[in-house]
This record gives sequence, C-alpha cells and structure tokens, in this order.
Amino acid sequence: MRYETERTRRRGHADTATDTLARGLGIFSIAFGIAEIAAPRSLARALGMKGQEGLIAGYGVREIVTGIGILASKDPTPWIWGRVAGDGLDLATLATALEGRNPKKGNVGIAMAAVAGVTALDFYCAQTLSRESPHPLPPMQDYSDRTGYPRGIGQSHGAAQDFEVPRDFRTPEAMRPYSQPQAPQRPMPSM
Amino acid sequence: MKALVWHGTTDIRCDSVPDPQIEHPRDAIIKVTSCAICGSDLHLYNHFMPGMKSGDIMGHETMGEVVEVGAESKGKLKVGDRVVIPFTIICGECDQCKRGNFSVCERTNRNGHIAAKAFGHTTAGLFGYTHLTGGYPGGQAEYLRVPFADATHIKVPNSLSDEQLLFLSDIFPTGWQAAVQCDIEPTDTVAIWGAGPVGQMAIRSAILLGAKQVIVIDRVPERLDMAKAGGAITINLDEESVIERLNELTNGKGPEKCIDAVGMEAHATATIDSMYDRVKQATMMETDRPHVLREMAYVCRPAGTLSVPGVYGGLLDKIPFGAIMNKGLTIRTGQTHVNRWTDDLLRRIEEGQIDPSFVITHTVPLDQGPDMYKIFRDKQDGCIKVVLKP
Ligand SMILES: NC(=O)c1ccc[n+]([C@@H]2O[C@H](COP(=O)([O-])OP(=O)(O)OC[C@H]3O[C@@H](n4cnc5c(N)ncnc54)[C@H](O)[C@@H]3O)[C@@H](O)[C@H]2O)c1
Ligand SMILES: [Zn+2]
Ligand SMILES: [Zn+2]
Repeated sequence: MRYETERTRRRGHADTATDTLARGLGIFSIAFGIAEIAAPRSLARALGMKGQEGLIAGYGVREIVTGIGILASKDPTPWIWGRVAGDGLDLATLATALEGRNPKKGNVGIAMAAVAGVTALDFYCAQTLSRESPHPLPPMQDYSDRTGYPRGIGQSHGAAQDFEVPRDFRTPEAMRPYSQPQAPQRPMPSM
Repeated sequence: MKALVWHGTTDIRCDSVPDPQIEHPRDAIIKVTSCAICGSDLHLYNHFMPGMKSGDIMGHETMGEVVEVGAESKGKLKVGDRVVIPFTIICGECDQCKRGNFSVCERTNRNGHIAAKAFGHTTAGLFGYTHLTGGYPGGQAEYLRVPFADATHIKVPNSLSDEQLLFLSDIFPTGWQAAVQCDIEPTDTVAIWGAGPVGQMAIRSAILLGAKQVIVIDRVPERLDMAKAGGAITINLDEESVIERLNELTNGKGPEKCIDAVGMEAHATATIDSMYDRVKQATMMETDRPHVLREMAYVCRPAGTLSVPGVYGGLLDKIPFGAIMNKGLTIRTGQTHVNRWTDDLLRRIEEGQIDPSFVITHTVPLDQGPDMYKIFRDKQDGCIKVVLKP
C-alpha cells in the first residue's frame, strides 16, 4: 500500500514519516555542529578533554557537512549512514575520556548515553531508508474512470427503483422514515 | 486437470488433480472458462475459517460451458450451455429454497450435521468453502462438478463477455442483497464499510436503488478512488475519524443504513477494542474481530438498519447490544441467496444500468493463482479483483 503519489518527495520514499525523521536529523546535525565549532572550549572543559578543542571543532565541521548533505541531497540515505559512522567516532572518542583519572567522568557517561540514543535513531532511519531505496514504488493505479455505469451515473442513479423489494426484505412498517408515511405494501414475490 | 489446492495457512498451490466425474444423476460437469478469487477465500487463505483440509480445491466464483450432464439434470441443462455457477448449491425444492432463502437450503450440505452442531441448523452446501458447508471441491480449476446442477446454475447469453457475467456467481448479488436488506428509501444515507469487491458492488447497488447519499469507508487509496468513481463519498479511516465524519455528513443524525462489507478480519488502527480483539483472538477466546459491527451499531441512526454481508465464523465479543436494542436497530445478514436476484441483475447488465467488469484489476492464467492470493490479500499493485483463466 505504498505508492508514488503527488505527495511523494522522492522515488521510493512514499513513507513521509521517515522522510521527516531524516530531515529532523539533518537539522539536528547542523545545530550540533555549530555548537561544537562555536564553543569547543567549554565542551572540552565539561568533558574533561582539555587540549582536544581542535578535534571537537573538526567534528563540528563534519556534523554541519553531513547535515547539509541530508537536507540538500535527493536521497539522504548515504548521508544518514554517514551520521551512523560519525556517531561511532563520537562514542569512541568519548570512551577515551573515560580512561584515567578524568574528574568529569560522570559528564562523559551522560554524553555517551545521549549519543547512543541519537545513534539508535540514526540507525533506525538509515535502515528504513535503505529498505525503501532500491525498489522504486509503483505509481498508484488510477481507477477514477471505473464507474461501472456504461451510460453514466446520471442514467443509473435510481434506475433500479422499479425493483420490488420482497416483503421479507422490507423494513418493518413502524420503522420506516417519516418521509414515507404510506409506504406501499407489496405482495410476496412468486418464488 | 489443474486446480488451486489448499494445503494449509497461506499455502495454496496449483496442483494436478484427477478430473471430476459425474457422481450423482443430478450432477453436471462444466469446463471452466473464468473464475475469480473472492474476499471470502482470504478467510480460508489466512485460515480464519475452520474446517479446511489439506487437498481441498478452492473457488466459488466460476463460469463455463457444460460438458457433461447427469440423467436427472438433462431436462434443465444440455452440453454446450453457457452457465455461471452460484456459490450456493441449491436443491430448489426444500422449504427454504421455495421461499427463496437459497443460502440456507436444507438439503445440499452433505455435512449438515456438522453445520448443525456449529450453528444450530444446517445451511446450504457451498463450493470450495470448508467441510462445514459440504466440503465440495471448488471452481478455481479447469473443470467443476456441479451437484444439484438442474437448480444450481444461471444460464447466460452469448452476447455478454465472461467479465460482465462472472460476478453474478457471488459479489454482484452479494452487494445487491446487502443493499436490498437496507430497503433503501430515496431519503437514505447508506454507509458502507469496506471498498473491496463486495463494497464496490454494494455502492453501485445502493446508487441503482436510488439512495440519496452513499458513503464508503476504507483505508486503501485506490479502492477509495474506485468507490468515488461509483458515486460514493469516501472516508479514509487512517486519516479521519469515521464516526465524526459520518455524523457530519448526516447533520449529526447518523446514516439510516449501514453495510458491513468487511467481515471478520477487520482492521483497526490502535483503537482499544482492536487491541482487545487481537489478544483474545491470539488466546483463542474469540474467533472474529468485530470492529466494524461495533462502529456501525454506535453510529447508525435510531430505527436504522445494519446489513451484514461480511462473513463471520464464530463467537464475537463486546457487541454493543445496548445500542442496538435501545436504538431499535434492525440487523439483516446472511450468505447471499444468489439465484433469487440473478434474473433481475442479468437484465440490468443487459440494459446497461451496470457493468460489473469495472472491478477487475488483474486477469492471469490459473497457475499464477497462488501468487495472486498474496497480492490480493496484501492489496499490492492496485489489486482489487482477480480473474483467473484456466
Ligand atoms: N454474504 C455473502 O454471501 C458474501 C459473499 C462474498 C463475500 N462476502 C464477504 O464480504 C467481505 C468482503 O469481501 P471482499 O471480497 O470485498 O473482501 P476484501 O478483503 O477485498 O475487502 C475488504 C475491505 O475492507 C477493508 N477494511 C478492513 N478493515 C476495515 C475497517 N475497519 N473499516 C472499513 N474498511 C475496512 C479492507 O481494506 C478491504 O478493502 C468478506 O468478509 C467476504 O467474506 C460475503
Ligand atoms: Zn465469495
Ligand atoms: Zn433447498
């Protein structure tokens, strides 16, 4: 029950919910990237990763590029997979901050949990998109001319009012609508 | 011969089986020229209806040419006659047949005692539809044995095509009887749940019978399109509230007449009652999912009618009988008394009031039948009605 329709944004992507999710991830990517570039120092401080400001800003650039890729490309699938890989990199980098006597270990743990959550979302989105991508959907069949009335609906509407509803199929008299006070009694058809 | 044979849940195959023979002097054998897959067959395919055995031949919408006639049917049929075979096997002589209640014929169900255990009394024998209704081999095959053939047939003229005539076997009279059960007045709004083949025929029948307004409810876009082409206002249950829209379209009073053309496998999106049904069905405490019946009872105008062609098999739960009783609703239901309506309907096809072939979306050779069951069930590829050519 999935088709290319006028509302379809891209071939093979009738599923607008996943499209919306992908767009949301793209916007998130850019916003997060800007934060990493604008405030690498305070991020590094919060995570006990002093001296790695350059790396954080570099990751910010990566996030922005991926975000733009998601929003601007015809098919965001490879870019979302790119995000999944980037998430892996982020997690690995954060894991290094867990070593030694980092006093901000608690913060690093929280950051890793947050990244893991986003990773799950990225992975789900990438997987759904990949499943859709290889097979373009067929266009919806057009049945708007399948009236069933060879001479048009105008001719057919009420054409069977000559039909005598058998007595055993009639609504009980008392329940007939007020608009038809004297519904004619019809005899039982000869069967 | 080749035939579509049931082997188990979602397992239907095109097998080679022995040709049917005359077994009784009232039998006839027909060479099948066209047959169709019905929504009722899906209840067997999905194994919602009990009583199938591996090896049973499917199919109850069949037409063809008479190739052999038993001695006692000779006066009524001859070799070469072109016939549509109704899905209900009828004797034409019992009390029920005489009254035109063909689908509850008292004599054609050779497993009547089993049916009586399940339902209290026997109902008619049916082609290709479980051992509860006689275990008769069906017509999705190259040849079909027709029991009680002197009564169980509809003679059709050569001037019309198979496609125009085939649905006299079931879905056209079924949609028609659904509408007739509503005893439609020119002031009536008729609401129809399900835009499958039966729903489509019910729409056209309600229009022919002069309903003021016909509304159809489904969730498959191309089925809704076809419904609109037939003159119905459409409600997509995935996108709108069915109850609200129906009340809106009837000045808050609800439709006078409601038709359930969905049956026991109703789909419901995340409503409390649908989850309840799934749990009960999974634990075998309920056999059917009566979501549509509940919705109809609730929204129907007081003193209105519920017409139920949709097939149910067993026990239903949480039916709002309070609404039915207090609003004084009439319930009309039943398998279709096909032959009761077919003379009249054949005339309407001949006169061009309706051409039932509009509903066909797929025509394939018989051996592609097994694939088509899946495509039809999953509503892929715009599939609404499949015709098979042996
Ligand atoms: N009484 C008879 O003699 C007789 C004869 C033929 C068929 N039937 C029955 O009629 C029913 C319909 O047959 P069909 O061939 O059209 O089958 P189908 O399965 O093609 O159509 C059923 C339609 O109902 C829709 N639907 C599902 N849940 C719904 C809901 N909650 N609200 C509205 N629509 C919903 C589906 O999307 C589908 O389009 C089946 O139960 C079938 O067994 C009865
Ligand atoms: Zn049927
Ligand atoms: Zn009988």
